[in-house]
Amino acid sequence: MSKKTLFDKIWEKHVVHRQEGHPDILYIDRHFIHEVTSPQAFNGLKKRGIPVFNTKKTLATADHNVPTKDQHLPIKDVLSRFQVDTLTKNCKEYGVELYDLNHPFQGIVHIIGPELGLTLPGMTIVCGDSHTSTHGAFGAIAFGIGTSEVEQVLATQCMLQYKPKRMKIEISGTLGKGVLSKDIILYIIAQISSSGGNGYFVEYTGSTIRALSMEARMTICNMSIEMGARGGLIAPDEITFEYIAQDRQFAPKGEALEQAKAYWKTLQSDEGAEYDAVLYFDADDISPMITYGTNPGMGIKIDGQIPTLSDLKNEKEHSSFINSLKYMDLEPGHALLGKKLDYVFIGSCTNARIEDLRLVADFVKGKKKAEGVEVLVIPGSKQVEKQAIKEGLDRIFIDAGFDLRNPGCSACLGMNEDKVPAGMYCISTSNRNFEGRQGPGARTFLASPLSAAAAAITGRVSDVRDFM
Amino acid sequence: MSDKKFTTLVSTCVPLPIENIDTDQIIPARFLKATTREGFGENLFRDWRYDSQGKEKPDFVLNDGQHQGEILVAGKNFGCGSSREHAAWAIRDHGFRVVISSFFADIFKNNALNNFLLPVQVSEYFLEKIWVQVKADAQVKITVNLESQTVSLPDGSSDGFDINTYKKACLLHGYDDIDYLLSMKEKIRDFEDQDKSGYLSTGKMATAN
Ligand code: SF4
Repeated sequence: MSKKTLFDKIWEKHVVHRQEGHPDILYIDRHFIHEVTSPQAFNGLKKRGIPVFNTKKTLATADHNVPTKDQHLPIKDVLSRFQVDTLTKNCKEYGVELYDLNHPFQGIVHIIGPELGLTLPGMTIVCGDSHTSTHGAFGAIAFGIGTSEVEQVLATQCMLQYKPKRMKIEISGTLGKGVLSKDIILYIIAQISSSGGNGYFVEYTGSTIRALSMEARMTICNMSIEMGARGGLIAPDEITFEYIAQDRQFAPKGEALEQAKAYWKTLQSDEGAEYDAVLYFDADDISPMITYGTNPGMGIKIDGQIPTLSDLKNEKEHSSFINSLKYMDLEPGHALLGKKLDYVFIGSCTNARIEDLRLVADFVKGKKKAEGVEVLVIPGSKQVEKQAIKEGLDRIFIDAGFDLRNPGCSACLGMNEDKVPAGMYCISTSNRNFEGRQGPGARTFLASPLSAAAAAITGRVSDVRDFM
Repeated sequence: MSDKKFTTLVSTCVPLPIENIDTDQIIPARFLKATTREGFGENLFRDWRYDSQGKEKPDFVLNDGQHQGEILVAGKNFGCGSSREHAAWAIRDHGFRVVISSFFADIFKNNALNNFLLPVQVSEYFLEKIWVQVKADAQVKITVNLESQTVSLPDGSSDGFDINTYKKACLLHGYDDIDYLLSMKEKIRDFEDQDKSGYLSTGKMATAN
């Protein structure tokens, strides 16, 4: 028998039909939808006069458009409200479960899947959202799809897919002080660029990954897409099983969990399985990271310097590099440490889970935010919010002068009321620093929750290790 | 999006020699609030096309009055970033039928093909050639032939491009993935019933409702 990667194993189990020259028909175990990328898909069903194929496998939530204040009131923005209302209407009409704004399970789609036990090892998971890769942390094939594909899955619980190439990224060693999983992924993307993973599905392995908690693993898989990969996954282990066993609403329990575990334990790449590409990284080389430019590959060590033109390997990158620095109003060769900030955003599907909030709270406890900087803390879900309050983290944030709000995508993307004003600098725990991503003209520095916490206290780009 | 069938296109082009054009530039998130597929063309490259007052920026290529056509030619790694299909809709809605680049982001490529927008990936060398010729003459006509999978310039130079046979057939005949998938419905039902995925046996108890 030929040796298989974990990715191959899961993929092969889900192929309904394979035909030469055609993409595989791939069965989807879990389909998440949200208000932005689903309305046109439901319109498609309507036009064809067909129902949702298997309503039990699709779950909806509202996250991108929602305000993070006064969530009990109707949404003020007419278009946002219409989009959220359309989702409600479609879910009702087609019999799809919806966790809307008033539901105790509402939250960012990639936060609620795992926390509710809906994301499990061995699954195929899709959502009309690129950061679906997050769910790969459980040893699932999870990837973002377009709206036409959302329609395919609604209509047939399947989609047409060519099998991507497989890449292994192995990271070994122990992380240094103040270095988080966010730094690992920002480091890797800075090394291989925002297109370095194009065409691949990544499996992360190695002792560094094995030592990470599930939530930290999710942060890594979340940003797989920022190197251009279709997704990223991590083989399940005891840490995965323990996470799932923590009273997750929809996860198997008792005997069923034991049975499932027996299967999940088989979800490993075979020794000697072949990948189309293999990369190795050493945890020792990884420091707290920050991006200076307008794609996530433009990252440096937080105490490093912005590259100069002569540092760039490829001359073709010069013009986009220059444009990028112009947009950011930064100079080549300069350091970012000490750069004054206007906003700190702690949130998004990358870093708004309870562990992230705990880390931040732990750091800021008894401290106050700097004058002149606005600090937004947006829990990833209603459950995260509830837990934070239960643990008293809310008090710590409020005492520090942070603005703790309700769950949603918030300032991760300029689609709801939370935006960074033009020309302002924001250090953000989210995943994208594209021009205008946090609002027209907004300037984003991507970093870890700890780096964001340190920045909140000093009002400047800071090296969290200086406080340790 | 009228004409779904694609065979050959001869057209002038709009050159956008910028690398890593991400989907947030193609269509900024704040314009994603529509619930239909139409109308996104108005906001294509919104923040490059218009200033904050909504006035056209005269030096942007879509506003300069010189460049028009059904072919968009862009720098490497076009369409990176979010999975929003709105990016493909916006480009198609604006009237483009082909995007030429030396590299496309994966999801964008899929989305484009699903919307009868043809992504044509050429060599860096050929892309360079297009830039030069368009710069010399904005009216230069590019020919894209799907049947032979070639793109050519009036001086006779040409380059080939890849497209998988399935998608090629879809475009040539104007049918889409859902038509194909729906024709396989029985097979899908059987698969579900047989519990083949191995996951499903544990997955049933994990459904949401
Ligand atoms: S938090 Fe940001 S990246 Fe995550 S789903 Fe929402 S908008 Fe997308």
